[in-house]
Amino acid sequence: MSRIVGIDLGTTNSLVAYVDDRTGLPVVIPDRDGRRLLPSVVGFTPDGIVVGEAARRQLARRPADTVYSVKRLMGRGWEDVKDELRYLPFRVLPAEGVLKLAVGDREVTPPEVSAIVLRALKERAEAHFGEPVERAVVTVPAYFNDSQRQATKDAGRIAGLDVVRIVNEPTAASLAYGLHRLGQGVVAVYDLGGGTFDISLLRVKDGIFEVLATNGDTHLGGDDIDRALMLWLLDDVQTRHRAELTRDGVDLAADPEAMQELRLAAEAAKIRLSSEEQTTLTLPFAGFTYRRTITRAELERLVEPLVARTLGPCRQALADAGLSASDIDEIVLVGGSTRVPLVRRRVQELFGKTPHSQLNPDEVVALGAAVQAQILAGGIKDMLLLDVTPLSLGIETLGGIVSVLIARNTTIPTSAREMFTTSVDGQTVVDMHVLQGERELAKDCRSLARFELRGIDPMPAGMPKIEVTFLIDANGILQVQAREQRTGKAASIEVKPSHGLTEADVERMVEESFTYAEADVETRLLIETRNEADTVLTHVGRALRQAGSLLAADERARIEAAVAALREARDREDRDAIRDRTTDLNHATEQLAERMMDAALKGALGTRRAEEITGPGGSRGDGKT
Amino acid sequence: MSDFFSVFGLERRLAIDVAALQRRFYELSRRWHPDFHHAAPPDEQARVLEESARVNAAYRALRDPLARVEYLIRLEEGRETKEGAAVKPKAPPQLLAEMFEIQEALEEARAGALDDATRASLTAQREALRARMAETEARVAGPLSQAWDAAAAGQRPAALAALKEALATRAYLRTVIDDLGAVLDGMEEERDVAHRRD
Repeated sequence: MSRIVGIDLGTTNSLVAYVDDRTGLPVVIPDRDGRRLLPSVVGFTPDGIVVGEAARRQLARRPADTVYSVKRLMGRGWEDVKDELRYLPFRVLPAEGVLKLAVGDREVTPPEVSAIVLRALKERAEAHFGEPVERAVVTVPAYFNDSQRQATKDAGRIAGLDVVRIVNEPTAASLAYGLHRLGQGVVAVYDLGGGTFDISLLRVKDGIFEVLATNGDTHLGGDDIDRALMLWLLDDVQTRHRAELTRDGVDLAADPEAMQELRLAAEAAKIRLSSEEQTTLTLPFAGFTYRRTITRAELERLVEPLVARTLGPCRQALADAGLSASDIDEIVLVGGSTRVPLVRRRVQELFGKTPHSQLNPDEVVALGAAVQAQILAGGIKDMLLLDVTPLSLGIETLGGIVSVLIARNTTIPTSAREMFTTSVDGQTVVDMHVLQGERELAKDCRSLARFELRGIDPMPAGMPKIEVTFLIDANGILQVQAREQRTGKAASIEVKPSHGLTEADVERMVEESFTYAEADVETRLLIETRNEADTVLTHVGRALRQAGSLLAADERARIEAAVAALREARDREDRDAIRDRTTDLNHATEQLAERMMDAALKGALGTRRAEEITGPGGSRGDGKT
Repeated sequence: MSDFFSVFGLERRLAIDVAALQRRFYELSRRWHPDFHHAAPPDEQARVLEESARVNAAYRALRDPLARVEYLIRLEEGRETKEGAAVKPKAPPQLLAEMFEIQEALEEARAGALDDATRASLTAQREALRARMAETEARVAGPLSQAWDAAAAGQRPAALAALKEALATRAYLRTVIDDLGAVLDGMEEERDVAHRRD
């Protein structure tokens, strides 16, 4: 069977890794240029889709068509995110159910955007191994609910990847550390990434990684630090340059490009302030240049309330595990935001210990995903991860009260059974509303789905006994089965996900993505063929200028005709024509090339030594001759 | 279906060596966790998933002495299938009477009248209730559990009833302590923040 890779699908950056069979160690797969991180940014342009660094570079140029931090929108509804939308430069459409983004001339859902990132990583891995890669372990924040996990799985399918396991990021990190660096004992993993925060407490013993409790906030991370600093900078620019802004009638807050510039500058300043005490920003705007020095202390005043928000979940996780801070033997820091010195200080204060950070906090989750992939592939047999479900699962009962079936921090897989019956004579359908969350009322919890049990034989009210099994699998994803006890007949269940894609949606997106993929390959090949043609045209042009005098008139005319033919073909979409005309031109210039070589050799033998021509100082365009 | 005690090869007794239970849990996890059966055919995987879920549920029910008592009560009363259901707290009437004063003070405090003297008195009472809850827990996990293990078949219903009453007392005390917390330090609010899901 094909190999399984580990993927960290991050808010800001994504990575793919695998375990090297020779060393037994996980390694990150770089792209062709040696870059290990793939920015989780997708740009929709008239020419096609760009992803990663290329998309990141166009963030400020094409703010409305460039999607970043889409992870924060995965598995969410309009109501969840509407307060945050004014900070996002791309358009999110108000709708029931799954969110839609309006980018370029199309509408896409968050799983489709994530699928583009996943496909880029898939291709990166395929280029590395020289064979197809179809299976992956993908990580998610531990505190992701069922909808968010399902959305991640859907993204994988759309990208042509079978997501064989969803693993929680902090636990994945503990696996990466666990290979060599962790002793036996209780470990706290503090994971503050680009958009999400998780705390997980684990007991590590004899190769078993047993999660005792987890908690977090799926809407807290480096993005929030950037935003706080961006708003602070905006305020400062508006104060200091009020005169120019008023004169030019400019409202910076309403200018998406200016806001993106500010956000990127804020992010860069934040990163510099992790290693420097102060940094200077220089931002050219139309009409003036903003220059300002920021100190680490100024940044920390903005970061402090965000860091404080991570401490509540830490204390709750300790309480749930029945532990106090002094019971923690080791602390592991994960996520780029743990580079912020204030974050380190606060974590150290809370647990009273110096945290581990030997492994790169940007890479450790992907490395752990690769370890989990290797466990699933049967390549590692002594390590086992026992994870938990982060949120209580329940059903809505009379009066909108939630009856909890599976408590948070229960080890998964886990199941619960519940009996249902009818309340009206002859009733053949029973509804269930499944929720996740810790609050008593259904309206305060997260609605996962409505299930309809159908095909119940008509009987007096209360007679049917339908046993429903709620099973949370090792991915933390819910599966529901129902059986009428009297007849033993499996009841059919129709699932209406509250914020997710339906099965039919996913099927359609998988198919569409195939068409896109072929179109994308076509486009890429066309671009490559054109590049080749351009290279030949440039060389021939130079040769004609240098050595045109060596040619007979008819010879020269033939070459010029071939050049004109290729120029004409180059601007059309027909790849075969471009290739054929390129070949023609190469043929037409064979004699020219020979003559140039002769002339060069004669000249060289007559006046100079050969190495002076081909030596390192030579500026010859084509080193092959 | 076999009960959770038998999952670990144990008798139906409340005295359990937790370290040995954990070792056995880890062994069974290595045997049944879906990670180690990834290449198995689908029906085998379904069985593995079910077994693994059962091992996890059994460990959760038995590792903690109080959860273990709650499970035993469900098992003895034939309510084993409702794995998620807790013992319905029915507090002893005498305890309700005893708490009358605190409840009244709480009502007043909720209405907005929390002066320093009341605050101090409620704080002291909360401390007393916490001590009493800890004492009740110790009694459930200790002497009352031992009494059930030692009881002959005929005495078991009485031993079980004593366990049930103690658990109901604990549940009620916890409710009052939580209510006091909500008034004294806005615990409720803090808990919501800790669990924010947006």
